[in-house]
Amino acid sequence: MRAATATLALILAALAGAASAAEPGLGESVYKRWCVHCHSSGRGNPGTESLRVKYKDSLPAVLLDRTDLSPQAIALFVRQGVLSMPPFRKTEITDAELAALADYMASKYVKP
Amino acid sequence: MTDRRSFLQAAAAAAAAMPAASSLAAAAAAGAQAATPPPAPRPATSATAPSRLPPGVSRADFNKVLTAWRGTVGGDWVFTSDADVALYRDAYSPYWDEPEERVASAAVAPQTLEQVQAVVRVANQYRVPLYAISTGRNLAYGGSAPAYSGSVVLDLKRMNRVLEVSERNAYALVEPGVNYLDLYEHITRANLDVWIDPPDPGWGSVIGNALDGGGGWTASPFRDHFGSHCGMEVVLANGEVVRTGMGALPNSKSWQHNKWGYGPWVDGLFRQGNMGVVTKMGFYLMPRPEAMQSATVQVTRTEDAVPLIDTLNLLESQHVVNGSTQLFGAGASWSVQIPIYGPEKVVRAQMEYCKDKFAKIANSRFTEGELVRTPLDAATLARVRKVNFGVPDLSTFAMLGRNAQNPSPPGGHIGFSPIIPRTGEALLEYSKFYTDNLPAVSERGTLRFQGPVYMTNWDRTLVAMIMFPIGKDKIMNAKMRAAFEKWVQLAAERGWGEYRTPAVFQDLVANTYSYNNRSLTRMRETIKDALDPNGILSPGRYGVWPKHLRKA
Repeated sequence: MRAATATLALILAALAGAASAAEPGLGESVYKRWCVHCHSSGRGNPGTESLRVKYKDSLPAVLLDRTDLSPQAIALFVRQGVLSMPPFRKTEITDAELAALADYMASKYVKP
Repeated sequence: MTDRRSFLQAAAAAAAAMPAASSLAAAAAAGAQAATPPPAPRPATSATAPSRLPPGVSRADFNKVLTAWRGTVGGDWVFTSDADVALYRDAYSPYWDEPEERVASAAVAPQTLEQVQAVVRVANQYRVPLYAISTGRNLAYGGSAPAYSGSVVLDLKRMNRVLEVSERNAYALVEPGVNYLDLYEHITRANLDVWIDPPDPGWGSVIGNALDGGGGWTASPFRDHFGSHCGMEVVLANGEVVRTGMGALPNSKSWQHNKWGYGPWVDGLFRQGNMGVVTKMGFYLMPRPEAMQSATVQVTRTEDAVPLIDTLNLLESQHVVNGSTQLFGAGASWSVQIPIYGPEKVVRAQMEYCKDKFAKIANSRFTEGELVRTPLDAATLARVRKVNFGVPDLSTFAMLGRNAQNPSPPGGHIGFSPIIPRTGEALLEYSKFYTDNLPAVSERGTLRFQGPVYMTNWDRTLVAMIMFPIGKDKIMNAKMRAAFEKWVQLAAERGWGEYRTPAVFQDLVANTYSYNNRSLTRMRETIKDALDPNGILSPGRYGVWPKHLRKA
């Protein structure tokens, strides 16, 4: 529990140091490079299939359709990994790219 | 766009807003709401002193090394904080969170050949062990974690240039950070009429997969990734650069045309090896075939496995069947898929020839599949297995991850992959061997393995793979490790050896290759000591240790 919280704090600290104004389209570009292969709609997307089995019909299986995932939550999953998905290193997704990616993927996020 | 201030102010609320079913998110949420705040994490800056030192290296010396590296690659690309170094853990480690887990002390990520040379020279001066990775996506075989704990990961992901793709001569020259998705995108954007040969997960490095002995899913010879390479550039432990094959000729015009060059061929030293850091590599590409058609041949008598495999072998050796065949079955029922790539008229003729050959096996059933013409339209691509058509993806994780048939997988896996002879007799012997030993090795069925899966996708090779689920449960992981070791020993007693294995089992498997008092291993050690006298490059990789780390 503490480890997860510490990781979240580190991620947030790193993101705070990232570029404040992300390059337009950067988030979508990072999503298409790293995420779309598992998390888009359609056949053969293991991330989408995994979330469909996990949530059944209670939440959308396609991540971009989710309204409950904040940018912070997305950043945590990217840097921590989950189940079969390993974490992504900074040579793959930099902190600036992660901030832009998290914003892009949380575009439908509704703050509770 | 979320502005940075609101992004940070939302921190505490973020975790609470995460779905309750997410264990990660729930953990973060609970931590954020705890009455006693957790200890402040060490700031994740590039200048953070590492918690762990490389073995045998003083903190003072390591600081000098890190300072030199920061000067070479920039402070942002030397990783020493616990959080950054943790990103290099093997997510599928069979020793996750146990003392034996192989972990790094730091990571350094050069972007150019000259930076690699400089990093290696400093490491050699201070005897800092490095562990080179291309993209670190070698999941199930160790991932990005070093074989020798405390090594610094030399992360080559930033060397991500596709240097050349020749459509006329059908080859590519790439750097280690280029993965199959990148190369496919490059070729597609340039509208070149050549195919790559993707392995199961497309996010792996083209160079890394070849160097680890990986294979793919299109036609022979392209799917033997090391076998279809042509030319290397390698940085040795002293920082010197070597180009192999025709690349040794200054101003060579044929580096990616002829792999042999002149004199003894040395490229094999760098396959599953630790003799140098590969910084460029050429690969043969497949001119887009006009069509592909597959067929399935089924037999239903145990003894017919023998002519089934013999016929398959003949057709492959004649280059009539050139696709990645797949073998399924157990007991009396066996089937093989035989994809054929080429011009449509030729494919149809070859298929007729195959049909005639397999018809000689009484009671066999031959079922022709659809002939698929290329290039594939989007609708066709959406219903076929993409990797068979040179299109990389990650769909393999749908089988290995959570799915309707397996709703609670542990997350990771490792594979036991012995090579057995490509004969029906060996197939039946292995099948019986597996069935006979399964009750004891699986603790009377309480350990669930997947397999055996018979991989026939390399020419002349039959790999009888068993998959072991690996997760974060230490007790279950210990049982899986014990079972893995038992399979290795039992198979070696029958003369079956693994072609590739996770880093933590590489010594175990290397020791099974013990002919003539381990003469092959000893020869490799002699070469290792000559090329890398300080033993700094990937110590222990595939069981090759430098002199100062070898056990008596």
